[in-house]
Amino acid sequence: MNVKTLMYVLKRILLALLTVWVVITVTFFVMRAVPGGPFTGEKAITEAAKQALEAKYGLDKPVGEQYVTYLKDIVTKFDFGPSLKLRGRQVIDVIVDGMRTSVKLGLAAAGIALVSGIVFGAVAALYRNKVIDKIIMVITTAFVSMPSFIMGTLLLLVFAVKFHVFPANGETARGLILPIITLSLYPMAYITRLTRSSMLDVLGQDYIRTAKAKGVPPAKVIFGHALKNSLIPVITYFGPMLAYIVTGSLVVEQIFAVPGIGRAFVSSITNRDYPLIMGTTIVLAVLIVVMNLVSDILYKVVDPRITLE
Amino acid sequence: MKKNPFSLHVNLEDFIPATEEEKSYMVQMRPSTTFFKDGMKRLLRNKIATISMCVIIFITLAVLIIPSFWPYSYDAMLGIRPGKPVDPSYNNLAPFQYGETEQALIEQGEKVFPHVFGTDSAGRDYFIRVVYGTRISLAVGFFASIIVLVIGMTVGSLAGYLGGKVDLIIMRIVDVIYSLPDMLMVILLASVMKVALGPVIEDTILEKLGSNIISLFIVFALLYWVSMSRLIRGQILSLKEQEYVLAAHSTGAKAGWIIRKHLLPNCISVVIISTALQIPSAIFTESYLSFLGLGVNAPMPSLGSLASDALNGITSYPYRLVIPAITISLIVLSLNLFGDGLRDAFDPKLKN
Repeated sequence: MNVKTLMYVLKRILLALLTVWVVITVTFFVMRAVPGGPFTGEKAITEAAKQALEAKYGLDKPVGEQYVTYLKDIVTKFDFGPSLKLRGRQVIDVIVDGMRTSVKLGLAAAGIALVSGIVFGAVAALYRNKVIDKIIMVITTAFVSMPSFIMGTLLLLVFAVKFHVFPANGETARGLILPIITLSLYPMAYITRLTRSSMLDVLGQDYIRTAKAKGVPPAKVIFGHALKNSLIPVITYFGPMLAYIVTGSLVVEQIFAVPGIGRAFVSSITNRDYPLIMGTTIVLAVLIVVMNLVSDILYKVVDPRITLE
Repeated sequence: MKKNPFSLHVNLEDFIPATEEEKSYMVQMRPSTTFFKDGMKRLLRNKIATISMCVIIFITLAVLIIPSFWPYSYDAMLGIRPGKPVDPSYNNLAPFQYGETEQALIEQGEKVFPHVFGTDSAGRDYFIRVVYGTRISLAVGFFASIIVLVIGMTVGSLAGYLGGKVDLIIMRIVDVIYSLPDMLMVILLASVMKVALGPVIEDTILEKLGSNIISLFIVFALLYWVSMSRLIRGQILSLKEQEYVLAAHSTGAKAGWIIRKHLLPNCISVVIISTALQIPSAIFTESYLSFLGLGVNAPMPSLGSLASDALNGITSYPYRLVIPAITISLIVLSLNLFGDGLRDAFDPKLKN
C-alpha cells in the first residue's frame, strides 16, 4: 500500500465514523422530539408514577446530559439501555438474540446471490444475444422491478399456501428456505446484470485476444482471465447488497414470521419502544456503513489500475 | 491571358454566380432537427421503451378517469346502510358476486354494477380500492421526484457554480447523507413524524392527505436529493469552463442568470433521465413503508397496504394479494424500462 492508498483508506474511515455519529445523534434527537414522551398512550398513569418511570430511565435529566450518557454507554459498553415494553430485557440482548437468526438468513441469501449471480452473468455474457442470454435478461429485469415484500408474499402464496412445499412459518430451519430465497432474488438479479456487462467489457479487451491467439485453452481464458477481471465491479455491490438484505429482512421476517432482528425492529415501531427502535437502527446502520467501507476499500486495493481520488 | 502566379489580381472566375446544379448541392435535404425532436425520434424507435410508455400512460389515464364513473367509492362499506343492521353478505365477495340486497334487485330485473374484483373483508369494492391505491402510488412517485429534482438541482448547481468553500461544505454534507443507510432513516423518520405531525396539520387541507404521506415527502426532501445534486454539480463543473459562460460573464451577467440561462438548460438531459429513474424508486419506498404500516392513513388504500392487508386472508382470497402485486410490479417495471429508454435516447454520451 502506498501513501495515496493509505490516505484514501483513512479518509473513508473518517467519513464512516462521522456517518455513525450522525446516525446516533439523529436517532437520539428524533426520538426525543416525539411529543408526549414514550409513556403516553399507555394506560392512564398517575403523575407520580410517570415521574418515577422517567427518573428510572433517566428521562428527567436535561437533554444534553442524556445525550452524553447515551453516547458514552454505546461507545464504551454497547449499552443501549433497557427496553420499555419488553419488561426486564436489555435492548442489546434483544438485538443479539435477533441477530442469531438474521445473520444466518442474510449470509445464506448473500452467498446464494453471489454464486448464482456470477454464474448466470458469466453464462449470459458468453452466450451474448443467444436465447439463453435473453431469457436470463428478461427474468433478471423482472426481479429487479419487484419489491421484496411482493416477492416474499408471492413465494409464500405459491410454495406454502398452494402447494405446501415449504412451511409458512420461519421458526424452523426448513422454514428459513423461503425467506432466504426471497432475499436472494433481487441481489442475484443485480449481480447477474453487473457480471454480464463487466464480462462483456473484459471479453473485448486486447489481452483476451492475445491469450486466445497464444493458444491458451478457452476454459483458462474464461476462468483465468475474463471472469477474474470482471468480478472486480461486483465488489462494489457488497455494501448496497447488505443494505438491501437488511431492509428486505424487515418485511421478509414479518411475512414469514422469522424471529429475527427485522421483526423485532418492526414490532418496536408499532409498540413505540423507543430505546429498541434506536438500538436496532444504530446497530443495523453501523453494519451497513462498515460493509460499505470494506467494499469500497477492497475495490481500490484489489485492482491497482483504479486511480484514487 | 496567362496568369502570373505572383499577381495580386483577383481571379474573376471565382466570382461568377452559381449555376442551378451547384445551387442544388447546398439545398438542405432534411429539415433541421432540435435536441428534443432528435431524442424523441430515438425514443420512439426503441420498442420496449415505447411499449412501457404506453403502459404508463394507459394506467395513469385509467386511474384518473375510472373513479369519476365508478358507482362505488373506495371507503364505502357496502353492507352498511343507514337505519338497517349491517349486512355481512357484502364482506369478502368473490369477483362478480353480489350481496343479498343486490341479488334481490337483479331478480327484479334491475342492473347492478358488478364488483369486478369482489369486495374486501369490510365490504368495500376491491377494484376501486386498487385504482385508488395505484393513484396514490403514482402521485407519491411523481411528486417525490419533483421535490428531489428541485432541491437537488438548486443545491447541486449552487455548489458547482460557486465552487470553493461553499462547494466543499455542501459536498461534505452530501457525502455524509449519501452514506447514511437511507431505508433505516426513512423508517425512523416516518415512524416519528407519524406521531409528531398529526396535531400540527389538524384542520388543514394537509390533514386529508394524511400525516404519513407528508412525512414521506419530508423524508424524500431531506435524504434523496443528494445523488441528484452530485450529478448536477458534476455537469455544472464541466459546463462552466465553456467559452459562452465566460462571454456571458464578461458582459456582466449575474450568477443566477448564468445558472438559469446557460448552465441548467445544458444539463437538462441528465436531469430528465435521473428524475424519470427516481419515480420508480419513490414508488418502491412508498409501497414498502405502506406495507410496514407507515404509509398512507386508513381507509385510504395504497398498493403496499393492500398487499399487506391481503396477507391475512391469503389462503382464501389469494387474488387480493396477486392483483396489487402485479400492478405494482408492472408500474415499476415499465417506469424502469422507460427510464432506460430515455437514457439511451437523450444521453449524448451514449450516442451510437
